[in-house]
Amino acid sequence: MIDRWTDHRSLDNFDLRYVALILVILGIGVLSIYSLTHAQQSGGMPYYVKQLVWIGVGVAAFVVMWASDYHRLARLAYPAYAIVLMMLAFVLIEGRTSKGAQRWIGVGPFSFQPSEFAKLVLILVLAHYYSKAPRVGWLQRVIIPGLLMLPGLILILKQPDLGSGLSFVAVYAAMLLMVGVRSQALGVILLFSVMLFPFVWEGVWGSLHDYQRQRIMAFVDPDYDPGGKGYHALQSRIAIGSGELMGKGLYGGTQSQLKFLPEGHTDFVFAVYAEEWGFLGVLVLLALFVALIWLSLEIASKAKDQLGALLAAGIVAMLCFCVVVNIGMTAGMFPIVGIPLPLVSYGGSATVMTMASLGLLLNVKRRRLSLFY
Amino acid sequence: MASANYQETEFGELHRRLTILRLGLLLVVALLGLRLWHLQIREGPYYRDLSENNRTRLVLLEPARGLIYDRHGVLLANNVPSFSLYVTLEDVKDREALIQQLADLLGLDPALIQKKLGGRGSKLLPRKIKDRLTLRDAAVIESHRLDLPGVMVQVESQRNYPGGMTAAHLLGYVGEISAEQLEKPEFSDLHQGSIVGQYGVEKSFDRHVRGQAGQKSVEVDAVGHEKKAAVVEKPQAGNDLYLTIDIRLQKVAEDLLGEEFGAIVALDPTNGDILAMASRPAFDPNVLSRELTPKQWVEIVQDEGRPLNNRAAQGQYPPGSTFKVPMAVAALETNTMSPSSTVYCTGGYQFGKRVYRDWKASGHGTVDLHTALVHSCDVYFYTVGQRMGIDVMAEFGKEFGLGQSTGVELPAERSGIMPSTSWKQQARNEPWLPGETISAAIGQGYVTVTPLQMASLIGTVANDGVSYRPRLVQAVMDRTTGNLQELPAVPRGKIKAKPETFRLIKNALADVVNVGTATKAKSSLVTIGGKTGTAQVAALRAGPEEHIPKKFRDHAWFVAFAPVEEPRIAVVVLAEHMGHGGSVAAPLAKEVIETYMKLAPQVPMVISEAAKPGQVRRSTEQS
Repeated sequence: MIDRWTDHRSLDNFDLRYVALILVILGIGVLSIYSLTHAQQSGGMPYYVKQLVWIGVGVAAFVVMWASDYHRLARLAYPAYAIVLMMLAFVLIEGRTSKGAQRWIGVGPFSFQPSEFAKLVLILVLAHYYSKAPRVGWLQRVIIPGLLMLPGLILILKQPDLGSGLSFVAVYAAMLLMVGVRSQALGVILLFSVMLFPFVWEGVWGSLHDYQRQRIMAFVDPDYDPGGKGYHALQSRIAIGSGELMGKGLYGGTQSQLKFLPEGHTDFVFAVYAEEWGFLGVLVLLALFVALIWLSLEIASKAKDQLGALLAAGIVAMLCFCVVVNIGMTAGMFPIVGIPLPLVSYGGSATVMTMASLGLLLNVKRRRLSLFY
Repeated sequence: MASANYQETEFGELHRRLTILRLGLLLVVALLGLRLWHLQIREGPYYRDLSENNRTRLVLLEPARGLIYDRHGVLLANNVPSFSLYVTLEDVKDREALIQQLADLLGLDPALIQKKLGGRGSKLLPRKIKDRLTLRDAAVIESHRLDLPGVMVQVESQRNYPGGMTAAHLLGYVGEISAEQLEKPEFSDLHQGSIVGQYGVEKSFDRHVRGQAGQKSVEVDAVGHEKKAAVVEKPQAGNDLYLTIDIRLQKVAEDLLGEEFGAIVALDPTNGDILAMASRPAFDPNVLSRELTPKQWVEIVQDEGRPLNNRAAQGQYPPGSTFKVPMAVAALETNTMSPSSTVYCTGGYQFGKRVYRDWKASGHGTVDLHTALVHSCDVYFYTVGQRMGIDVMAEFGKEFGLGQSTGVELPAERSGIMPSTSWKQQARNEPWLPGETISAAIGQGYVTVTPLQMASLIGTVANDGVSYRPRLVQAVMDRTTGNLQELPAVPRGKIKAKPETFRLIKNALADVVNVGTATKAKSSLVTIGGKTGTAQVAALRAGPEEHIPKKFRDHAWFVAFAPVEEPRIAVVVLAEHMGHGGSVAAPLAKEVIETYMKLAPQVPMVISEAAKPGQVRRSTEQS
């Protein structure tokens, strides 16, 4: 039955462009990781090899998500969410600690981060929820989905992982925006609180003593800036800025190679890339991301049903959020929170999760030619 | 679908919103692009300058290792400042010339410097060439600093053990992390040059004591000298340890052993606290914590007395007659013997074609269990062993923790051997011979134990079968929070034996000291119970003890507890190749016990009242 609905042309032009884009961005990531870590690392499997392994796993996840039926996947949303919640709870009890936060579950030499997968599962849950029946009124549109999100959010913040927590809220907000909230008031409030946040932050933050700030930061996000002196943010700006128009070339990034730049292969990989390839390289990467997101939006707008559209929209929103916030924080526009650059930063869970999401997107597109009823 | 209409309107709405999202995306990306253009094009040259002049280096700030105290807060290990010599290869113009210069100035071996500089790692990170420079050497380097680009002298903290050799085996020593250790996951946050514990408590509690390195960013001039420094991340000092030992008792125990080889262990039977653990010969941890030359290493490792060996926990010896204590428990509990049943000792025990001799050639006559323990009659226990069989003996030996490590917090503890038929089949692939049971019954043959195991054993007997894991650390003080975390005593369970059994045996052990083989341990201060042992080293011996070469002479054992009525201390003395336990080991045990009795009552615990023996005793009485 399902076959009748499926678009039988296996890979069309669109798909090829789409996959090619993903591969090019992944390639840029591996190259940057290689450039940064090939000389620094002693002992153990090199990061770029590990990343290639993860990409291999990601390709498998992509194919699986692409080949299955997203209606079926959506039906698994609640059980999957239950499993993710259990894993998040497990991480808190048993997980591997790194830099003061418990985020990882160890699997042999690798570790994986359930909070990454929680994002994709949340998209499935919300899309499933909204498309199953007409949801009307404040309670059904806003409150219940919010309550669905809450346990996951709490567990993630408890780790503490501010970055993943923010993307969790972003997914929820994007979904709300997509289905529309009846009252414009909520939108206005959300918008204002986002806009006012920096001012409130500055006001409160500025009045605190150094040690108080450190304690709060250690609680909220222990990864960055332990001295509270803006060291990481400054080094990241120097790295990007010193790349100028043409960049310093492969291996040429003194900022990153000399270890001034912390977390160069993970959250700050964009700074490494910008230092080595300059403004031109940055434009290329931005263009690649815009193209990828554009194509994804195309899929969302041509989806055959509401479930597909919501799934696609949620995934695109998450992708946008991560790209913008990551680049924004490395460029010194936002405060530093731990969000990796999708497909580029080193990190198994994030890479696999992003590739699985993109596979799901293509799945939505693949079925758009089939009949609705 | 029932709500097709609804779906359609929703759908249209969704499309409109997607268009908004697209416009939003373009706007945000444009903003990002603008920001990057600003950074890279408009301010690009400025940042390029910054990055090029940014000759700052991240230098690791080593954390101060946690301090180690004894149970009353006496300092056993601390840190003192010392000068270390570093070279940053990036700043070195002519490596060979530099090596020669340094070798001349400091009198170092050029090959050694070469080796230090040759290892893997970044050229930008300073490498340690030598630590503990003398003040003179440091001054020489500083005065030549313009001729020595890339060379710097840093003040660092160096581990220091004020007591020198005192408690060396317990404390252990520290050293630079080895290449193999660096590969291990537990050291993943460390780096080449990090100092970690390599022996003793320094090693087993390294995770607590180590602390966390910080970083400072250092701006250097063209020849690599520090111009300006800013701390990026403060190092976190390691946690302090409070040991269970009383350093005064420890010193007394070590002095009692003197120049002889051997071990003394004293512990509190009511909670497993190790009060003293002496092993001789010892080493100076201050020397071992320094970087040793290969020649120094060879000297230490090849020393005949094996000073690095902690005889208390790593030395395995036949227990000799001290083994009669668990044998006596087994005999009563298995009803192999009743308290009143007797054996007639003629001075020898015929088994098959062989006669197993008693130490007293004339024999002990008619002996019951009490007499057999008091006068250490071998024939009685030959009989017990023969009736019981090796596997029952093994079962009881294991109950008392023989043949397995005690779990004390020391690296490389040995477990000794409690033989059984299955053990021999596995270890030697030979069947058990009946005659071997007879030797085992008096603690000879395959049976081996560590002094620590025997201390735990006699403590368990003294405590009526309730046993605790011997432990060395009673509390850890978190230096960042100031919290003192007390580690609870670790119960190991209770020997399944009647209270009557322990009462009988403790009575007999008291008489060993009163009228038996250990009258030299008799004290006017306190009642002592104990058992002597003389462990044969060589099977064939001729002539009186004095004529035998020392390395073939017997080991002297004495296991003891006091006061007999309410035991608070269990002591084991092992003196290698010193002959009879009663004459050599027993007086030492008495000294240790008397010292403790004199010390203990007046001195209030510095750390806490909760860890005091009294509390634990109360809880054991209930059980």
